[in-house]
Amino acid sequence: MTYWIGALVVLAAALGAALSGMNEYFFYAAFVVLQFVVLATAWNILGGYAGYVNFGTAAFFAIGAYTAVVLFKWLGAPLAVQIVAAALVSGLLGFGVGMLTLRLRGIFFAIATVAVIFIMETMMVNWRYVGGATGLQLLRPDVIAPFDSYTRMLFAVMALLAVIAVSVARYVQTSWIGRGLRAIRDSEEAAECSGVPTLKLKLFACTVSGALMGAAGAPMPMYLSFIEPASSFNLSYSVSALAMPMIGGTAHWLGPIIGALLLGSIQQIVTVTISNEINVLVVGVLLVLFVVLAPDGVIGLFKRWTRYFK
Amino acid sequence: MDSILQVTGVSKHFGGFTALSEVSVDIAPGERFGLIGPNGSGKTTLINCISGSLRNDGGSIRFEGEEISALPAYKRTRRGIARSFQIPRPFRSMSVIENLLVPYEYVAHLKESEAERQAMDILRQIGLAERAHALSNQLSQVELRKLELARAMAARPRLLISDEAMAGLSGSEVDEVLKILFDLNAQGITIIMIEHIMQAVMRFSQRVVCLDAGRIICEGAPDQIVRDPGVQRAYLGA
Amino acid sequence: MIFSFDLLFEALIFGVLLGCFYAAVSIGLSVSFGLLDVPNVAHPAVMILGSYATYVVASYGIDPIVAGVILMPAFFVLGILIYRFYYEAFEKRGTEAGVRGLAFFFGLAFIIEVGLILAFGVDQRMAQAAYIGSSLELGEYRIPYRMLVAFGVALVLTFALTVYLSKTFTGRAIKAVAQDEPALRLMGANPVRIKQWAFGIATGVSALAGAMLIIVGPVEPALDRLYIGRTFCVVVLAGLGSMTGTLAAGLILGIAESIVLMMLGASWAPAVAFGLLLIVLGIRPQGLFGR
Repeated sequence: MTYWIGALVVLAAALGAALSGMNEYFFYAAFVVLQFVVLATAWNILGGYAGYVNFGTAAFFAIGAYTAVVLFKWLGAPLAVQIVAAALVSGLLGFGVGMLTLRLRGIFFAIATVAVIFIMETMMVNWRYVGGATGLQLLRPDVIAPFDSYTRMLFAVMALLAVIAVSVARYVQTSWIGRGLRAIRDSEEAAECSGVPTLKLKLFACTVSGALMGAAGAPMPMYLSFIEPASSFNLSYSVSALAMPMIGGTAHWLGPIIGALLLGSIQQIVTVTISNEINVLVVGVLLVLFVVLAPDGVIGLFKRWTRYFK
Repeated sequence: MDSILQVTGVSKHFGGFTALSEVSVDIAPGERFGLIGPNGSGKTTLINCISGSLRNDGGSIRFEGEEISALPAYKRTRRGIARSFQIPRPFRSMSVIENLLVPYEYVAHLKESEAERQAMDILRQIGLAERAHALSNQLSQVELRKLELARAMAARPRLLISDEAMAGLSGSEVDEVLKILFDLNAQGITIIMIEHIMQAVMRFSQRVVCLDAGRIICEGAPDQIVRDPGVQRAYLGA
Repeated sequence: MIFSFDLLFEALIFGVLLGCFYAAVSIGLSVSFGLLDVPNVAHPAVMILGSYATYVVASYGIDPIVAGVILMPAFFVLGILIYRFYYEAFEKRGTEAGVRGLAFFFGLAFIIEVGLILAFGVDQRMAQAAYIGSSLELGEYRIPYRMLVAFGVALVLTFALTVYLSKTFTGRAIKAVAQDEPALRLMGANPVRIKQWAFGIATGVSALAGAMLIIVGPVEPALDRLYIGRTFCVVVLAGLGSMTGTLAAGLILGIAESIVLMMLGASWAPAVAFGLLLIVLGIRPQGLFGR
């Protein structure tokens, strides 16, 4: 119950901020961080709970963005419809990749997700309707009242998506599905022999994860007023979506949020003060450091320290 | 009396290597059945084919009259076949009792409170009740072996396969585990025991089969098996 | 799309040369992932590192292949260090290292890529040598000399490594540790040292592979992503643990890419390796000659 109260408070705060007179830059930056909350949370459903590493977040994210563009260009669809369609398409993609490779060992699934990035990117590069390699400019529709700017509205939408994503992750984690996924992660063979339908659960996690990533991608074209393959399929989405939960903690739905807030903020600061390349290097180094030294992430460290002081 | 498990002509190949070759065996309901053989003879492969961890390449496996060779392992568990693993595979991130909740939720589909109640019953029966909330990665060897059996029991099987549950245990620990298996059998559960500890196999089994290089070389009562020259050759070498 | 048998034949020849090259750059992964079961997704990144190192050494007027050979001992040591680190941090601690091991190598690949961007920028680099730029003319067909050089080195490398693994004592120990580690332990050999040595060899070979790479074409830091597809495609298609399969698989990939290049152009060629990989994983994951 406390969770839902908290969620409503967060939504109210986001709405309040969007309607306030705050500096426009805040919404640009916050949008990106919230987007990473969704991506990290989505990644963790399969990666953290079930133990199957997805390197291809960029593909699911970008396909969500491209689905939104297609619906917008072809039908003039409103943002809500774009988001739902993006979730469906990316979810289907997740299901497809899962059917192909989740029967095999984890590393084959991981490599297959890299393959998906390349194949999807190659397809978008060769598709003129969505702009091909050079990309497409998009004209934003009129702002829906009561928001003053489109960016503010996108911020509020992304806040809603973040709450939805976290709620889904929390449900999966605490339900019987979550225990089954943990059993798969701990010992897949023993789980199967304990009656857990491992393939079905993995497919479920993969599909839900992909769908949420697609939903996160849908507002992106409107955010930039532009879409192109190189930046949409950027590998740094994949690295961040993986690094944030591993840094925050993969066992709990709070982990990806902590990781996204922490790493997202660091990224914003470093990019602005130093350079984009150093920013990416920092993410990589932090990932390796945490994976080696603090495998349970920030949450794990926190637990260890509180136990130490008791 | 109809067999509870009918293995007919089962073979399994790994590339060029034949692990099992035309293995056939019938197991009666409620039987205490021993499976022995030297290392590499195919015992665990046979168990894997029965439980579904592996698919057999040829032959048929019928459980309670129905063909199961095409079923994935989790469906076979739901039908009533459970197994423990030779090297214990606990769910490390979970406590002892949580480990049992997995089969309770996925096989018996019980609600958590009812599952916890029944899980505690099993833990009491098996002697792990005080460790119920300990993390499973903190257990001793014999406790892990017991957890393996407890988790298999939580699936409420009619056929339980115990894969070297006593390896590396002391004399009194072997007796503990053996008593648990006897008690389970008394409740009507058919038990297949794979063991190297001969005295345990002899005390426990009503019938014993010996595998060597993927084939059955001898089948019969325990005292028969022990005296069979083929069995002695298999274990001691030509 | 102009179709003619001449073009097809030229594509086939090019495909064979390219295929042997792909086999040679994948053979290190065949050892580290195929035999040792290390989820080394950083293999292509290390190879690109080798390309850049070759570029630097070759800029002193040394032939790129020679530069590659010079770098092999250094990369051998690097491989030992990486494996040692991986073993201490992950493998020693048990199976739950799966996710973390993958994340580690992914992070490592990324760090190498970004490090190269910081050191060299994103522009492409190419090596300079007498045989780069001119072609051998056989009747109506032109075969670039650099492809022939790479082909030659690739054959020698593949042959040498295959012989090493089957004829020498250490080589056979490496194959043994892949198949039956407990048995090896019982014989008194130390599996960790053997794996370490093998990983070192795989990485040392990557230095030469990197040299070949920069001879065959321009190199940029992000190229490792494409080569994840190519190397894993070859290793999976070959079947884990099969050295001879690597050559066959490389040839299949090389020819497939070459034909797609001819028919659909350069923008589709990168997808071939990844597409072939997905097909193999879907239909026959044990590959052609898998264990």
